[in-house]
Amino acid sequence: MTNETILEAQNLRKSFGGLVAVDDVSIQIAKGSMHAIIGPNGAGKTTLFNLLSGMMAPDSGKIFYKGENITNIAPQRRAHMGIGRSFQITNIFPNLTVLENVRLGTQAMGGDNFRIFKLADQYPVYVEKAMEVIALVGLQGREGVLARNLAHGEKRKLELGIMLSTDPELLLFDEPTAGMSSEQVPELIEIINKVVRLKNSTAILVEHRMDMVMSVSNRITVMAQGRLLAEGTPHEIARNAQVQAAYLGDLYGELA
Amino acid sequence: MKNIWKKDKGFVIFLLAAIAFPFVFSLLGQTSLTEGTNKFWQGQLINFFIMAIFAMSYDLLIGYAGMLSFGHAASFGGGAYTVALLLTYVAPDIVKNYQIFIGSLNITEIVVLLVCFLAAILVSILIGLLFSASAMRVKGPYFAMLTLALATALNLLTRATDFVEWTGADEGMHGVPVPYWINPTQNRLTFYFIALVFLVVTYILMKRIVSSPTGRVIQATRENEDRSRMIGYNPVTYRTLAFVMASVFAGIAGALYSLWTVSATPSMTSGVTTVNALIMTILGGMGTLIGPVLGAGIMQIFSQFFYTWFGARWPLVFGIIFVLIVMFLPYGIVGTWRMHGFKLKEGWQRFWDLLKTKPTAEK
Repeated sequence: MTNETILEAQNLRKSFGGLVAVDDVSIQIAKGSMHAIIGPNGAGKTTLFNLLSGMMAPDSGKIFYKGENITNIAPQRRAHMGIGRSFQITNIFPNLTVLENVRLGTQAMGGDNFRIFKLADQYPVYVEKAMEVIALVGLQGREGVLARNLAHGEKRKLELGIMLSTDPELLLFDEPTAGMSSEQVPELIEIINKVVRLKNSTAILVEHRMDMVMSVSNRITVMAQGRLLAEGTPHEIARNAQVQAAYLGDLYGELA
Repeated sequence: MKNIWKKDKGFVIFLLAAIAFPFVFSLLGQTSLTEGTNKFWQGQLINFFIMAIFAMSYDLLIGYAGMLSFGHAASFGGGAYTVALLLTYVAPDIVKNYQIFIGSLNITEIVVLLVCFLAAILVSILIGLLFSASAMRVKGPYFAMLTLALATALNLLTRATDFVEWTGADEGMHGVPVPYWINPTQNRLTFYFIALVFLVVTYILMKRIVSSPTGRVIQATRENEDRSRMIGYNPVTYRTLAFVMASVFAGIAGALYSLWTVSATPSMTSGVTTVNALIMTILGGMGTLIGPVLGAGIMQIFSQFFYTWFGARWPLVFGIIFVLIVMFLPYGIVGTWRMHGFKLKEGWQRFWDLLKTKPTAEK
């Protein structure tokens, strides 16, 4: 892990009507780190993600990716710059097959998107890449299934698969384990760990499961009511009295 | 050829039947190839071929790109008026004053007709771009309403009395001087095969387009816009592309239709024309391409027989049948068949549920 910053947000602010969802948030993500963002419901984590991925424009503040100002750049351009994002609420292409879901991402990064009179099957390279990603997230054998017919756990894996299909350097995981049962979680953590190590990429992780956050991340930012509450290593965060009061409560209090 | 047969048996059978039809009909009925009932049925089929092209172009929009447009007739009518205007006011002078030969063959009229088609394509591209530029920023019902408004504007333009000397306003243009060699009155068999070629080429091109890299992205934007953005696609670009392509095919259908009817009338740009395409597409099955072709065929047969049986009230009867088809085959004929075969029991269930449902006021 180096100290080089890959993503930096400066004084981000976003409000919806009277509600300030993200209030003056500044954050630096070090290259190669696994940076978790935690906080109670309504803390503004997903809104922050929407700002970082470009799904929403901030009211004020700036975002820099590899030193370049990307504050007003559209999400599709950010995807080409190497930012990938998964969604908390499963966001797949329901009536397409698993393979096609992932293949669309590998195709996006090639230069063949505007070929009208050739068949997509004539570009096996995208299929090969997609198959690699499918194997990585553990969906082998399910390539031909329509995405909407997958079980919930499989959909979460596909969600990751679609994000990984564009081969991003910076991965934004928005609650990857949302709605999964506890038995399924370790497998997903394993996949996330593998992906991040394999590609030596950087990951930002929004997560509710404290056990997961504590075990996988090496840096944690705590948000509450749209503001930054604390930042530090997992150990520091677990000891932080403010954080305990706001979020961790009694369960993790005894760790301190 | 073997490959096509394997992949698309239905279409090959259809194609062979369509090629054989006039000859078989003439053999069986001992009738002339170019007159009488044979000529009449060729006409019915020509109408069907053209409407099938139009319905497929609508399927590209609604079935593959997921855009409900109520303005598709604008492109159809745009193509029709372009060809009719050019043939009436420009072509005769050119044919009189210039002659183009290949060897000793005079191809002036063919070249002029080709130019007319190119102009129709150009006009429909412009209409597609104009509609996209103004309507693409909204989605769903708002998109439908905006396209309806734009098409209505064009419809009013074709009916405007300001241009009555050119367009005939409400009357439309009649007796367009279609060249003799392709004229559907004098040379119907030729026109029959030309329309068939247009249908086949359109079908093959569309099949390719929807399974091309671009076509796949178009379907992705239909499925999930946010996600397609997040993997690097700009949905507006691909929607616009789909809209313009659909517009071009509709324009070609319109151009053919104006040759077939030797006319261009405001009804071609009206909402009824769009709704016809919508009905054909829903009947056959959205997102199947072959479905809308089937839907166009069914509409053609229905309109023919129902008119003789029920007179001008036939759409009323057809409406009831349409409701039943939607009830029993919710994804259209081809769509439902591909999904799980025809489950008539489920249809009856829906039917009885509907009858049993009491008006809310009684509850």
